Amino acid sequence: MSSVTEKKIGDVLLKVENISLSFGGVKALTDISFEIREHEVLAIIGPNGAGKSSMLNCINGFYHPQQGTITYRGEKRKQMRPHQAAKQGIARTFQNIALFKGMSTLDNIMTGRLLKMKAGLFSSAFYKGPAEREQIEHREFCERIIDFLEIQAIRKVPVGRLPYGLQKRVELARALAAEPTLLLLDEPMAGMNLEEKQDMCRFILDVNDEFGTTICLIEHDMGVVMDISDRVVVLDYGRKIGDGVPAEVKNNQAVIDAYLGVQH
Amino acid sequence: MAFFFEVLIGGLMAGVMYSLVALGFVLIFKASGVFNFAQGAMVLFAGLFFVGFSEMGVPTWLSLLLTVAVMVVLAGAIERLVLRHLVNQEGIILFMATIGVSFFLDGFGQTIWGSNVKQLDVGIPTDPIFLMDGDILIQSFDLWAALVAGTLLASLVVFQKTRTGRALRAVADDHQAAQSVGIPLNVIWIIVWAIAGLVALVAGVMWGSKLGVQPAIVGLALKALPVLILGGFTSIPGAIIGGLIIGAGEKLAEVYIGPFVGGGIENWFAYVLALGFLLIRPQGLFGEKLIERV
Amino acid sequence: MLYRESGQYKTTYSADQAIFTIPQDRVFFALMLLVAFVGIPLVATDYVYTALLIPFLCLSLAALGLNILTGYCGQLSLGTGAFMGVGAVAAWNIATRIPDLNLLVVFALAGMITAAVGMFFGLPSLRIKGFYLAVATLAAQFFLPWLFVKWGWLTNHATSGVITAPHLNIFGWEADTPLEKYLFALGVVALLALAAKNLVRSNPGRQWMAIRDMDIAAEIIGIRPVVAKLTAFAVSSFYIGVAGALYLFVYLGSTEPDGFGISLSFQALFMIIIGGLGSILGSFLGAFFILLLPIFLTRVPPMLGFDLSTAIVAHLEFMVFGALIVLFLIVEPHGLARLWQIAKEKLRIWPFPY
Ligand SMILES: Nc1ncnc2c1ncn2[C@@H]1O[C@H](COP(=O)(O)OP(=O)(O)OP(=O)(O)O)[C@@H](O)[C@H]1O
Ligand SMILES: [Mg+2]
Repeated sequence: MSSVTEKKIGDVLLKVENISLSFGGVKALTDISFEIREHEVLAIIGPNGAGKSSMLNCINGFYHPQQGTITYRGEKRKQMRPHQAAKQGIARTFQNIALFKGMSTLDNIMTGRLLKMKAGLFSSAFYKGPAEREQIEHREFCERIIDFLEIQAIRKVPVGRLPYGLQKRVELARALAAEPTLLLLDEPMAGMNLEEKQDMCRFILDVNDEFGTTICLIEHDMGVVMDISDRVVVLDYGRKIGDGVPAEVKNNQAVIDAYLGVQH
Repeated sequence: MAFFFEVLIGGLMAGVMYSLVALGFVLIFKASGVFNFAQGAMVLFAGLFFVGFSEMGVPTWLSLLLTVAVMVVLAGAIERLVLRHLVNQEGIILFMATIGVSFFLDGFGQTIWGSNVKQLDVGIPTDPIFLMDGDILIQSFDLWAALVAGTLLASLVVFQKTRTGRALRAVADDHQAAQSVGIPLNVIWIIVWAIAGLVALVAGVMWGSKLGVQPAIVGLALKALPVLILGGFTSIPGAIIGGLIIGAGEKLAEVYIGPFVGGGIENWFAYVLALGFLLIRPQGLFGEKLIERV
Repeated sequence: MLYRESGQYKTTYSADQAIFTIPQDRVFFALMLLVAFVGIPLVATDYVYTALLIPFLCLSLAALGLNILTGYCGQLSLGTGAFMGVGAVAAWNIATRIPDLNLLVVFALAGMITAAVGMFFGLPSLRIKGFYLAVATLAAQFFLPWLFVKWGWLTNHATSGVITAPHLNIFGWEADTPLEKYLFALGVVALLALAAKNLVRSNPGRQWMAIRDMDIAAEIIGIRPVVAKLTAFAVSSFYIGVAGALYLFVYLGSTEPDGFGISLSFQALFMIIIGGLGSILGSFLGAFFILLLPIFLTRVPPMLGFDLSTAIVAHLEFMVFGALIVLFLIVEPHGLARLWQIAKEKLRIWPFPY
């Protein structure tokens, strides 16, 4: 467990208030409110179909909730497209890997870096000069991420050929390339073996420590959640049924019921 | 006014012919998610074989039967040689593959049967009919075409209620689910393509009776694409109504707008109409709107 | 043993990001250029220029343009023929209306006009995908050639409806002979191919490929689909427009403006499928292949003693193209370019199997 003494949890970074989202008749989220504070690791847990992914999709502007507001860095957001959220420093990974299959690891990461790059059509077509300098400068940054996540060996490999666990890692690398303020991770450890999970936990904690990145992650493995998160939000059938530090949530009767599948 | 109706009816009837081609597209798209660019070539292919057999002196009913056999074999060959190897590919790859199939069939049919225009007469009456005291003239052929299209539609609807038809719809809804219930996907695909082949045969006979069987049919059949955009790719009624709208729209446009811009707008009107429509309602009149997820 | 990279270490990112990272490749490419600019002019006949090399260059450029849109950005287009027409008609108008304008400027302007038209017809791509878009581009394919014919101003109300390219004058150099025309086309194509290579290995290319591979994820990491798709349409159409202008000015000489039909669109599409989707080199290989195949089909059967009528040859061509498209999509969607790459990799480790 991360020691509370050395870690500085800051102000509210993102505030979700009374969010409701439905698809046709299906209510994916009902009246959800919670906060994410600067530098913390917040876990969202809940049974399948609880609405966890939908919550992340609302935060980064992919879904537009019918009701409620999201306030990011003190600013209330209107309907927003995902690329605008990205510009504001929100990056994410996906439950089902969403890498650019036709590109190499390095290119995927460089693509994650595009927001920070400026060269336009004409200077890129000419290449020599500013565009090349920019490529090299950002390549150096991406190489640091590659070193950090220990994926040097697969730099030039098309990501489609990589095993699952490495693909998840490349996806994290791509998200990190944008130097996000808030990093949303949708089941970063799903389908991994124990060793891979341990690596991933280490990377997540390191990102949080070294870069001060705020992290909001969805995870099913309770052991992992208890270990790495500062706070846990529990969803069930689109409603919030728990919110607190891991130890608290673990002993919450509603949460236990939800996981044991008690009839509603 | 009478003139307007005459143009309108003529257009609607031409639209029926587009619908006949569009129906084949929808069947295949619904069941396999493949956008079959080759449907137009299949119309020519079926028409060529039918005329070819007839010209060899084979009686009409037998020619029809033989051509049905050819189309079933074709469906099997397409499944075996093309689709099977591209199962999990993206839609755009499959689409391009059907462009290849289209060219192949186009060339193959003509290699066997030649490329000259072949008259086709299956005994559909062509005398004109006058309505409203002779103010409106329509071709009885067009009425027959509408009748045939109606019959085809009705039999497709009935077919959907049969066991095989239900299986087809299960596949359309969810490939994996259908497979886990034990419906062999390959068989389903062959059936669907064979049915689309039969629809192509009907269209080929109708188009052939009207214009003669000729390679230009492939180009005309392209008009089924804007029909689909209008009607929605997954809707059988959409194919019919889309066809009617396109047929009527382009005839009316040609008659009423054409003279001001030098004529010939029939060639592109359907596409531009579809393009405009795409911008307003991308899923078509009857298509379902998809919400993407990640 | 000649083709090895062992012992060659890249010590800077700049070297690692070069177009050809292996010196042997660079030498090979330089040799190719030398052959194209010097070797061929030493041996080729006028027939080879006019029947093979010049159309090859024009169509390669069109295929390259289409490859940017379809191969790199994933947006399928069946409007290539019409956009070549836009480039040709635009270049002809500019050149005849402003006679003293430098030909390179004429071509650049024609490319830009085509880019604008292409962007307009690319607008539906913001809402629709895949084959829906292909249908939308068909609208351009059928509408534009009609417009060329019906809008008399575009052809200066020529009664014959035929437009004839003026003499080629580049900075006072008159390109009249087939050789000169070939060199001019080669220069334009080489330059534009280099620019395309630069585009696809830097920011714009990554944006396009991201949209192609997974548009939702692309938007979520901050790529604006509007910008990525419309720049792809613009750049692609620019290339196709210049290709069309070249096609008229150095290859056809004169044409009816509705000669830019759908068969050109299919031809370009086949070039990139066979050559390799998403490969600059593939655009050239595909164009070469597609141009050679009909020649092969007309020449070879008679040598083997089969006398085929021209009609049969035309039908056979359709069949062979159709079959090849399917074959390549199944066996090697990255086309001839990928086969070339595989061959190189084999050579690199030769004589060991792996
Ligand atoms: N795009 C969509 N269209 C229709 N329904 C959707 C869509 N996205 C989510 N849903 C529905 O919303 C509900 C919540 O889904 P969500 O993916 O958020 O759950 P989850 O908690 O992430 O589940 P899991 O643990 O399985 O990933 C589900 O009932 C789902 O079917
Ligand atoms: Mg989920």
